[in-house]
Amino acid sequence: MTNTAQNDILLEVKNLKMHFPITKGIVIQRTVGAVKAVDGLNFFIRRGETLGLVGESGCGKSTTGRSILQLYKPTAGQVIFKGEELTKMKRGHLRAMRRQMQIIFQDPYASLNPRMTVGAIIGEPLEIHHLAAGKEKRERVQQLLRQVGLNPYFVNRYPHEFSGGQRQRIGVARALAVNPEFIVCDEPISALDVSIQAQIINLLEELQGEYSLTYLFIAHDLSVVRHISDRVAVMYLGKIVELANRDELYENPQHPYTQALLSAVPIPDPVVEERRQRIILQGDVPSPVNPPKGCNFVTRCPRAMDICHEKEPPFRDMGGDHYTACWLYE
Amino acid sequence: MGVLLEVKGLQTQFFTQDGVVNAVNGISYVLNEKETLAIVGESGSGKSVSVLSVMRLIPSPPGKIVAGEVIFEGQDVLKLDDEAIRHIRGNHIAMIFQDPMTSLNPVLTIYQQIGEALQLHLGMDKAQARQRAAELLEMVGIPEAENRLDDYPHQFSGGMRQRVMIAIGLSCNPKLLIADEPTTALDVTIQAQIVELVKKLKNDIGMAVIWITHDLGVVAGIAERVIVMYAGGIVEQAEVHELYANPRHPYTLGLLKSIPRMDMKRSQRLEPIEGLPPDLINLPPGCPFAPRCKYRIDRCTQEKPPLKEISPGHEVACWVDVTEGIGS
Ligand SMILES: Nc1ncnc2c1ncn2[C@@H]1O[C@H](COP(=O)(O)OP(=O)(O)OP(=O)(O)O)[C@@H](O)[C@H]1O
Ligand SMILES: Nc1ncnc2c1ncn2[C@@H]1O[C@H](COP(=O)(O)OP(=O)(O)OP(=O)(O)O)[C@@H](O)[C@H]1O
Ligand SMILES: [Mg+2]
Ligand SMILES: [Mg+2]
Repeated sequence: MTNTAQNDILLEVKNLKMHFPITKGIVIQRTVGAVKAVDGLNFFIRRGETLGLVGESGCGKSTTGRSILQLYKPTAGQVIFKGEELTKMKRGHLRAMRRQMQIIFQDPYASLNPRMTVGAIIGEPLEIHHLAAGKEKRERVQQLLRQVGLNPYFVNRYPHEFSGGQRQRIGVARALAVNPEFIVCDEPISALDVSIQAQIINLLEELQGEYSLTYLFIAHDLSVVRHISDRVAVMYLGKIVELANRDELYENPQHPYTQALLSAVPIPDPVVEERRQRIILQGDVPSPVNPPKGCNFVTRCPRAMDICHEKEPPFRDMGGDHYTACWLYE
Repeated sequence: MGVLLEVKGLQTQFFTQDGVVNAVNGISYVLNEKETLAIVGESGSGKSVSVLSVMRLIPSPPGKIVAGEVIFEGQDVLKLDDEAIRHIRGNHIAMIFQDPMTSLNPVLTIYQQIGEALQLHLGMDKAQARQRAAELLEMVGIPEAENRLDDYPHQFSGGMRQRVMIAIGLSCNPKLLIADEPTTALDVTIQAQIVELVKKLKNDIGMAVIWITHDLGVVAGIAERVIVMYAGGIVEQAEVHELYANPRHPYTLGLLKSIPRMDMKRSQRLEPIEGLPPDLINLPPGCPFAPRCKYRIDRCTQEKPPLKEISPGHEVACWVDVTEGIGS
């Protein structure tokens, strides 16, 4: 990688692991195993781009986002944001870094404190980071409300007075309050109705253009991810199995899991649906407590070979910014 | 093909402290034998209440079916006594729900849940019922089914629990399967398994299916005919190809434009439907979609448009012809 390219990189993740210990015993707790929620991720995000992160429920998407933001203390690996390693950073310093990294949550009902007014919710991060107080804070909150398409007169209302889409806008305003450079969007539209989802997607796109924001966009809806992302990473059971530029990934998927996942997504066109050949995967995702030996996908892979049961495939550069972890290509 | 189910002017309300919730507002449709009908619409549009009314499963109070007829195989379900309706639910219409965990009983084994129905409705003895239960589980793709009969629901994954629900539903060879968002809580690869399964079973058994969803992709793959609901009413109804090729209600049109398609390069910008669905306690006097509609004319806010046929089998409830452009 050349120096100029490196300057373009806002965030880099190296061998990131997040294992949650499973403990037994009430008085003396023993660790009897671990949920390998995230198990060795390597990727980077360029300044101003959107990296989509897709995969099925429980594959570790949210854990990845939270470990990056140091909301969890990663078990191993490095998270390098603007050249600085976060996992070993001292608290005070980390707090200053956190101002530049925000998160929008999936559930617009659970993620806002029901006893706080909208003004207090959006203003809170401004106070925590000593960015504004008093009249200045009030004005900033009203400006933020306007930016996310809400009426600035709403400041004194409570979350329950808003619809799901409006609450998600409040969550976006809160994340924007501290002028972050990087936002983890953790399924920001999954809980919303179809007719409202497009409103939030457009808002996120507009804000990105206006403030040069960088997004990690977590979702399980592959159509939405294709729409919003520049590059896309596909996760399965704690690992990234494939990563490529958006159109390359959707038009030329290499990993058998990506191929199956894409073929399973229904397309809103009966003519297309009639002609489609689906790869129907057998069985379910194994438990992250006992992932299979070899490749994590081996138990469901229609193309599994002997080696896949033995050794983990390397995450290989296929050229043209396209990476995949599969023995078929070794 | 004969008519299996005819719903006429069905209206269901909930009498709550805040007022009367107009959940289903006079809907009418016909379902033919062996046909797959999809009902789409967003949250709160009345999809579940409309089919629960057909099954007479509306909790009362606060709910009440205030008008309409539900003709199933020639008799009005709404006029039947409790025993007769239980017979229909046990033998002719099966229903599967969105959340397979809440609809299976967690303290009973899988066999106890399937076998009970077989013994009760089909008069089998225990050995017959166990064998049939294992066959049914095999049929819905549960491997080594015989060994899993005495497992409890929590020992199954979400996708497998939904398969068990389907097996229970199929145990009495129903003529109609009503599936209320059976795949919404599941991952896409598991959703694909369930969709394929229902399509196959439908062909093998020859049952009709009503499939409720908010996913226009799933509809395109499974339905022969589609009903689009908004605020408790049917706004459009057509054969599936016709609906996607020639959507004529502004709401249907809006939905199709607001979703990205995975098989297409990125289009410029999504076109959201602005605003929110109406409050079902205070429905606006005219068309319920009028406040959000970009084709709105004066008449729309005054008078509710009836569902009328614009070509054979294609019905739309709208005062405006959207093919003639905005606000004409
Ligand atoms: N705090 C925790 N303690 C123990 N296990 C956890 C914790 N958080 C997550 N896990 C487990 O880690 C795995 C990954 O969970 P995660 O929430 O990251 O998945 P996800 O991909 O975001 O799924 P979803 O699409 O359902 O949101 C799951 O098996 C989950 O049960
Ligand atoms: N027991 C009840 N008491 C009061 N109102 C109810 C009750 N059940 C349903 N409703 C109301 O009836 C309306 C229609 O609900 P219904 O469950 O049919 O919607 P739906 O289209 O199935 O939505 P979803 O996609 O969220 O399942 C809603 O406004 C709902 O709040
Ligand atoms: Mg998650
Ligand atoms: Mg429902």
